Amino acid sequence: MEQKRISELSEIARKVRIGVVDAVYSAASGHPGGSLSSADILTYLYFEEMNIDPAAPDMADRDRLVLSKGHASPVLYSALANRGYFPVEELKTFRKADSRLQGHPDLKKVPGVDMTTGSLGQGVSAACGMALAAKLDGSSRRVYAVMGDGESEEGQVWEAAMFAAHYKLDNLCFVLDWNGLQIDGAIDDVIGPAPFDTKFAAFGWNVLTADAHDFASLDAAFAAAREQSGKPTVIIAKSVKGRGVSFMENQASWHGKAPNAAEYETAIKDLQA
Amino acid sequence: MADMIATRDAYGKALVEFGAKYDNLVVLDADLAAATKTEMFKKAYPDRFFDCGIAENNMIGVASGLALSGKIPFASSFAMFAAGRSFEQVRNSVGYPGTNVKIGATHGGITVGEDGATHQCLEDFALMRTIPGMTVICPADAGEARLAVQAAIEYNGPVYLRFGRMAVPALYDDTYAFSIGKGSRLVEGNDVSLIANGVEVEQALVAAELLKADGIHASVVNMATIKPLDREMVLEEAKRCGCIVTCEEHSVIGGLGAAVCEFLSETMPTPVLRVGTNDCYGRSGSAKVLLSLFGLDAAAICEKAKAAIQMKK
Repeated sequence: MEQKRISELSEIARKVRIGVVDAVYSAASGHPGGSLSSADILTYLYFEEMNIDPAAPDMADRDRLVLSKGHASPVLYSALANRGYFPVEELKTFRKADSRLQGHPDLKKVPGVDMTTGSLGQGVSAACGMALAAKLDGSSRRVYAVMGDGESEEGQVWEAAMFAAHYKLDNLCFVLDWNGLQIDGAIDDVIGPAPFDTKFAAFGWNVLTADAHDFASLDAAFAAAREQSGKPTVIIAKSVKGRGVSFMENQASWHGKAPNAAEYETAIKDLQA
Repeated sequence: MADMIATRDAYGKALVEFGAKYDNLVVLDADLAAATKTEMFKKAYPDRFFDCGIAENNMIGVASGLALSGKIPFASSFAMFAAGRSFEQVRNSVGYPGTNVKIGATHGGITVGEDGATHQCLEDFALMRTIPGMTVICPADAGEARLAVQAAIEYNGPVYLRFGRMAVPALYDDTYAFSIGKGSRLVEGNDVSLIANGVEVEQALVAAELLKADGIHASVVNMATIKPLDREMVLEEAKRCGCIVTCEEHSVIGGLGAAVCEFLSETMPTPVLRVGTNDCYGRSGSAKVLLSLFGLDAAAICEKAKAAIQMKK
């Protein structure tokens, strides 16, 4: 990947992060930590990887993205808005009663949202169904699901993993946002869902790793996923929760709370640096 | 009553029949294809049948993803697992996004028989009925089961279909027209209205015959669609008969009886007695014995009918 493109994507990701902070601050609630850890992944998917058209969000042969970690809705909305699905200004209506930007993504309300999510473990199953449908249609469209590391504690994730491997859904790619933290603390302290690589490998998946904040690394992983035949791929993307906002980085406490006015100023300053 | 057919058998046959017409019809099962009868479809259309293994929650999500890509998925398991175990998946991945998923749940009710309480789902109408936008249907015979499958395919939106394990007689001939949300009056009567669905329609018909000996003329309505409820017909029955007995192979809490009570209490308060399982679990036994043991047979319906008539002013 050329340095110029990396710089462009980095600039987009910066705007996507500002949108996350704006949305959560305006709502005075929401999930900034896991949104910021996924910001580069979603930027890469929406601005580089996927075959989509913001002017035709229901295009039949578009690639699909399911944000299975639906609580990271601010980053999904911000990526979609920055990509042109709806005005960026609308991010400030997040979680308000007259807004279509629900606390968790609702496919019936927001153009570009491919699956309603929020209840963890369910989005990955829907992604399997979408990938299976693409196979039945003989279509080359691809399906991506972004899931949390804590989300892997849901048994349904492994039901989906079994299914995708059994039906050889090589058009399916999960991205596991490995930020190491969940609401109650470090994932290793809460229940210890790791290791992810050997678990997915044992379920018959092609396992790749990437740095979730390095576009060259993401680029290489997504390219390798496309080349994989006969197996679904999971990209285990090591990330930093709260990435880009100094006081939120690596803090479980920023999983699900909004910054106050002073914190908001600091966050925006961090992201404009 | 020569032709005794379980509605699950009719379900399997209907999937094959309509699979020919709709090439976007796909069928999912969770390792129960032999029992749910989706194996008929598996044999006819192996490329459109997907066994999900013993993993119902994933199956529901897969169905939703397929529906969002233009397929018409039927996801099958026993009622206990499709509606019970997967309630929250059905609620959040099917109901809330309104995906065009059809849930074909077999082995509903007490007539599951020998497998006993863990497999006798007496709560599925209640669970599915609380989901906004969900259609809930429990056909009474093989012919109606076939028509219900067809109606579900032609309707765009989530549908829960409950089929039974026990063979039941044919109640309708080929002229019967089924519509989602419409009840069907099988016997005319003015003294008490027996509003039933599933296997209980047959019991209600037998009860109506027995009641004649006591000079009681019961109306019998097959209310195959629990949601949306045919309010017009319920109101008609309430006005004409003045009392109602609901009959279902389900808990008295939350099912057809509850739906009728909820509606009438807000529109035209009318005595309603509910035949159903009385806030209890099932047990092992033959289907016939259990119907009697749990107060779901014709004799029990007759008793309730007489009590309901006593409640009229």
